[in-house]
Amino acid sequence: MKTYIIIVAILVLGLVSCKQNNTAVAEATETSNESETISDMSIYNLPSTWTNQNGKDIQLKDLKGDVLVMVMIYTTCKAACPRLVADMRNIEKRLPESTSGKVKMIFVSIDPETDTPERLKVFAQENFMDQEPWTFLRSTEENTREFAAVLAVKYKEISPMDFSHSNIISVFNDAGELVFQQEGLGVNSDATIQNIEKAVSEM
Amino acid sequence: MLKKTYILLCMAFLLQLTAFGQVTTNMVHIRGGSYIPLYGRDSSMVEVDDFLMDKLPVTNRQYVDFVKQYPEWQRSKVKGLFADQMYLRNWKNDTLLEDTEHLKSPITYVSWFAASKYCECQGKRLPTVDEWEYVAMADEELADARVKKTYNEKILSWYEAPKTSTYEVGRNPENFWGVKDLHDLVWEWTSDFNSILITGESRKDVDKDSSLFCGSAAVGVTDLMNYAAFMRYAFRGSITARYSIKNLGFRCVQDVPVE
Repeated sequence: MKTYIIIVAILVLGLVSCKQNNTAVAEATETSNESETISDMSIYNLPSTWTNQNGKDIQLKDLKGDVLVMVMIYTTCKAACPRLVADMRNIEKRLPESTSGKVKMIFVSIDPETDTPERLKVFAQENFMDQEPWTFLRSTEENTREFAAVLAVKYKEISPMDFSHSNIISVFNDAGELVFQQEGLGVNSDATIQNIEKAVSEM
Repeated sequence: MLKKTYILLCMAFLLQLTAFGQVTTNMVHIRGGSYIPLYGRDSSMVEVDDFLMDKLPVTNRQYVDFVKQYPEWQRSKVKGLFADQMYLRNWKNDTLLEDTEHLKSPITYVSWFAASKYCECQGKRLPTVDEWEYVAMADEELADARVKKTYNEKILSWYEAPKTSTYEVGRNPENFWGVKDLHDLVWEWTSDFNSILITGESRKDVDKDSSLFCGSAAVGVTDLMNYAAFMRYAFRGSITARYSIKNLGFRCVQDVPVE
């Protein structure tokens, strides 16, 4: 009898590796049926878990309900990231009153090894962004690669402290669907702001 | 009684192994090392650890089994976020290939998300660009055959040949490592394909990879070696993860278990 239990246990353990994904998907669809369904093109289909600058674990779908403005950076970056941070700051500053409380500005680290939650916290404080609407997120290397794939952001580690990466600011509507991308550094953000306003007005 | 238990235990393990893609038999051990890839600058050696690699590209038959087991990856059910309209385009329906396709041909028309998930479900993963290129430097005799004229000519002649994705897998001789068909049938997904920064958009980026497409690497090459690799890097740089393409398949790798 014991033998059987052991065997069954081993078999079950072996199955767990991929079944997990199945259950994750099943859960996702269940919960989505309860509220609203998650659309086909929504980033809320991604089951990955992320940690914010306060050490709190979240899933992307926890961000649901707001318009998201996202950019991928790493905090030790000396060249482009400060300018991307400035671009994000300028976009936020120029958003009209009507969007207040309905937009989240999110930085996603491409260097999860260096960018621990503590490191992100310090970076947020240094940039006076340790409050709403700003959020800093990091996850595993795999999840980060996957998220970059969704955003069509490209990045490569050049050395332990240096990455080369695309400079893309992405706007998602409240359903988590990508509605606009601003490419490049220090470019005119008019279209980005228009798209954020539009996404908010359609909420 | 004890003996019986052991036998049963062994059987249970074996069953698992077969259930999870015959982990060892269809994979070969790749001894790690270092090399300078195409985009490398003079001093930038890339280190590759030991790993196991599928001997063959994943076939249509294997992928049919996969979508039967994981229906969320069937053509009619897959999320648009994870695959474009071309996904499994050469299938009749959710679980059947078109009559013109062969079960032993490499699976193509699969997105990066689908390929990643397939490998994950076998307890494996996609190879990195560095790992893939490391194994692909080999011909039948040498681990690094890139300096040989015949090696490059062979690859380039394949790049010119049409419809190679309909061939059956395993038609080529084993390379130095015992791996087949890296160059001759289909192009293959890599886990970090989106680390190649040579698309139009990347011109506006902090582009430290300029050696990849500035004259020194591509146009001014002294041999054909870089040209074949350049095509692969350029291809990877031009695609996004949702794309499902006629001549793009994949194979999986696995870390060597720590003992």
